[in-house]
Amino acid sequence: MAVTLEQTIEQRQHNWLSKVLSSQTFWVLIAIVVACLFLSFATDAFATAKNLYNITRNVTFVAIVALGMTLVIITGGIDLSVGSVLCLCSMVLAVVMHAGYSIEVGIAASIATALIIGAFNGVLIAYLNFPPFVVTLGMLSIARSLAMVASNNTVVFQFGPDHEKLLALGGGSIFGIANPVLYMIVLALITGFVLRWTRFGRYVFAIGGNEQAALLTGVPVRPIKVAVYMISALMAGIAGIVQTGWLGAVTTNIGTGMELQVIAAAVIGGANLAGGVGTAFGPLVGAALIEVIRNSLGLLGINAFWQGTFIGGAIILAVLFDRIRNLRQSE
Amino acid sequence: MAVLELTNISKHFGAIHAVNDVSLSLEAGQVVGLMGDNGAGKSTLVKMIAGNFRPTYGAMKLDGSEIVMHRPVEARQHGIEIVHQDLALCNNLTAAANVFLGRELHLGVWPLRILDYAAMYKRAGEIFKELKSETRPRDLIKQMSGGQRQAVAIARTMLSDAKIVLMDEPTAAISVRQVAEVLNLIRHLRDRGIAVVLISHRMPDVFSVADRVIVLRRGRKVADKPIADTSPEEVTGLITGAIEQR
Repeated sequence: MAVTLEQTIEQRQHNWLSKVLSSQTFWVLIAIVVACLFLSFATDAFATAKNLYNITRNVTFVAIVALGMTLVIITGGIDLSVGSVLCLCSMVLAVVMHAGYSIEVGIAASIATALIIGAFNGVLIAYLNFPPFVVTLGMLSIARSLAMVASNNTVVFQFGPDHEKLLALGGGSIFGIANPVLYMIVLALITGFVLRWTRFGRYVFAIGGNEQAALLTGVPVRPIKVAVYMISALMAGIAGIVQTGWLGAVTTNIGTGMELQVIAAAVIGGANLAGGVGTAFGPLVGAALIEVIRNSLGLLGINAFWQGTFIGGAIILAVLFDRIRNLRQSE
Repeated sequence: MAVLELTNISKHFGAIHAVNDVSLSLEAGQVVGLMGDNGAGKSTLVKMIAGNFRPTYGAMKLDGSEIVMHRPVEARQHGIEIVHQDLALCNNLTAAANVFLGRELHLGVWPLRILDYAAMYKRAGEIFKELKSETRPRDLIKQMSGGQRQAVAIARTMLSDAKIVLMDEPTAAISVRQVAEVLNLIRHLRDRGIAVVLISHRMPDVFSVADRVIVLRRGRKVADKPIADTSPEEVTGLITGAIEQR
């Protein structure tokens, strides 16, 4: 039977269903749904509006930062500085507003800080060929130290004339959905759109797939890498601003150790640390699974010391599925 | 008339004279086999034509007018395309995405420009069909055979109206059946009126597809003759230096 050109062009390796079934994100999502169903029956406290509201809000900060991290991971890099950048950006916002400036000035200063740090990381990595691990490890230390310098290591909880606006920004809700959740959804939609439908997104995947090939075919590899680290820092900055509004106070230890949670969320959500693979939906699902595990252990009365074991187990289990799939493919 | 004409081209890296005083011309619709031992200057010569290196001395003329290139992108704009030895493909992307890498098709105007997937799948499918390759636009590179990968890399050169296609060891790492496939792709490019430069170590490939063979030894051109006027034995002798320049 003759195959027409149209059939060849339309020919897909997997249909829609098999693509969904073979994605790590889908199975993590199933795990979350099963866990939630189990918890709603096992405990009275889980399926209450207040608890669900708390869970969704807690997920968001890790998820927002993990969106930027996912872009970095797709290019084959890593950004360890996000927790400290979040702290520094929160502190810049707090200090500027505390000094009597408006919320707009505070946010602008905070975002500018994030972009400068991201550009610094990106330029060292892309143009001077520093290993991403080393540069961002250095920045992890630098950014937190700068936050301490900026605030003299004090707690800031007075945000000047726009104090109420800031609290509403992070702590408010629209139609019963917490503001941070809305920000997360909007940012995830933008990230998803960029990855799928823009040339920039295509190049991010190409760099992670084969950086040399991207260079040879004329992809502007270096500017794109810089942009990716700037986006990662920007996401950390945005999360910092929102978290400041939600908490109503900033200390110099917020975001400590957050980089590991963020990387875990990205990896559970299907991003591959070797580069070239990742989605915008993945980190949300990954962050949600981590939060559900944390929440459920508390509600089930399991000693909090076990938390790390369960989250670590989830990371390894999620990647195990991916390994099994790859093994089957290579056979 | 020659498409590309190199006159007394040299490339020196400090004291090392990688290419020394080489002149040659490429004709449209002709396959030229470029042969030589490792370090003979093949890669350096090709990299100058591809815009990676600037010649230390000498001139390059494209369609009769002199060109100076600073970056590989400029070579592409002049209609010079390269199929790299490692093919420069991204395993995690589809065939169509790789064909269009670096020159994606768009819908809409900036900042509302989006990738035109349908058009890219369609055009890639048409090119594969023209190349008589079984490659499908939506397949991922990592699941393809060596021959199919070559087809993707060659399809890239057919996006624009290339005048010259440089192929660096296209048959080095693939199976016998796939070699035949790749040689057919080369004949196809030739029939379209493209000047093809085939860099190869494999004597049978050059003798089955090339119209002319150029031999380099220690940076100098030692032979440039029609394939009909020479033999694999003679070329081997020229490569190794057993036969002196003629």
